[in-house]
Amino acid sequence: MAADDRFSENYLQTREERPLGTRSEVVTGPVSDWATDFSHVEPDWAADPYPIQDDLRQRCPVAHTDRFGGAWLPTRYDDVAAIAYDTERFSSRAIIVSNFRPPRELAPVGGSPPISSDPPFHHDARKLLLPAFTKTAVTRQEPGTRRFCHSLIDAFAGQDVVDAARDYAQHIPVRVIADMLGFPPEDGPQFRTFVEDLLEGINLPPDERIERVSRLFDYLLAQVNDHLEHQRDDLTSYLLNAELYGRKLDPSHVVGTMALLLIAGIDTTWSAIGASLWHLAKTPGDRRRLAAEPGLLPTAIEEFLRAFAPVTMARLVRDDVHWHGVDMKADDWILLSFPAANRDPAQFDRAGEVVIDREINRHAAFGLGIHRCLGSHLARMELRVALQVWLERIGDFTLADPSAVTWSAGQIRGPRTLPLRIR
Amino acid sequence: MKVQINPERCQGHGRCYDLAPDLFGDDDEGFGKVLGDGTVPPGQEHDARLAALNCPEHAIELLEEA
Repeated sequence: MAADDRFSENYLQTREERPLGTRSEVVTGPVSDWATDFSHVEPDWAADPYPIQDDLRQRCPVAHTDRFGGAWLPTRYDDVAAIAYDTERFSSRAIIVSNFRPPRELAPVGGSPPISSDPPFHHDARKLLLPAFTKTAVTRQEPGTRRFCHSLIDAFAGQDVVDAARDYAQHIPVRVIADMLGFPPEDGPQFRTFVEDLLEGINLPPDERIERVSRLFDYLLAQVNDHLEHQRDDLTSYLLNAELYGRKLDPSHVVGTMALLLIAGIDTTWSAIGASLWHLAKTPGDRRRLAAEPGLLPTAIEEFLRAFAPVTMARLVRDDVHWHGVDMKADDWILLSFPAANRDPAQFDRAGEVVIDREINRHAAFGLGIHRCLGSHLARMELRVALQVWLERIGDFTLADPSAVTWSAGQIRGPRTLPLRIR
Repeated sequence: MKVQINPERCQGHGRCYDLAPDLFGDDDEGFGKVLGDGTVPPGQEHDARLAALNCPEHAIELLEEA
């Protein structure tokens, strides 16, 4: 077989010479009015975004901000769904709001296909990945995930208070995705830094942000080279061998997809596990009911996903458009808040309450339309196993100090400090 | 009663094969598929309704027989 020279100096040079996008001014500081100046990275939003979203849904259902170079925030379920389905007017070429917009020529592929891709390319890039992420395929990860969860709890021996976010929830998706991609498990701590750089560092000066993102790509290139030398049965080798339109994938496609698979599953699932444990720690009735009725757990998990949906996506407006009463400009961001959609009283009874036996739950935690979360079956498996093992091993637990709980800011929201008293 | 999946709408969320595994399965790409000819055996009408009412994409149709 001829050597794979896709990742040679040539590729590195192409990366350096990519066309520049556009930058906007970094604006931080307290929000004056959520309807006209919202910011999902400010502490008030991170601490508790739901009252803000509920208020906006009433008085200004498509809110705006001049921050990030201009962005919109719809909070009604129907509006969020309409945008998710309308891939003609709303592009996925960037899906994390920041002060940098990639060049329009990046569509329809985007930097991390298929999440950053638009039709028609999206369909083909996604099709390559779907078989590895079916419910059937991810059951292969279940025994290892369960053993790993037990080992994390074994390590709690002798402690009365543990940090369920830092010492439990965080590690589970990191281990699972490292295994699937064929990355060394001991690299896990680095992944957390990559996640923070990409998803939480959005208001850093653009040059610093670019510098941080390039660290992730350096890491991924090292993994690519290792896999080119030692092919094995994992997703990285699969991507290196995959073909589209009769030839191997473009190197930026391979690396972009690796970045997506590494980043997208980590703090999302970490957030979902943490938020579920946070709810159970402060709600003894639900905790006892799940202990008594383990069969209710899958139903309860759907409700945790609805009420604490961790993921907000973003879109870029393709062309100027008058949409649902507002005038959107080309390249305005849309913050696509699945959490806000999931708490719309027009869509859900008792939308603001956590009802663990809610039978009908058409929530949008994993998105709607063609970009349905590729890893949703993996995430559900991890969430179920993480909660099963926790409930089995740690019968009773409470918040050790409610005021010590902290939540991540930005588009992925979940507990980052969660001290629980476990005995 | 019969069940049908509208393939134009299905995105592979998998709620149907989670909630009604006797009526629905997944294909190689995770999209839902109806098992058999979609006829709902007596006693499984509740599962069929649950699958339809939990599909985020409204992809499942229930055909009630006269």
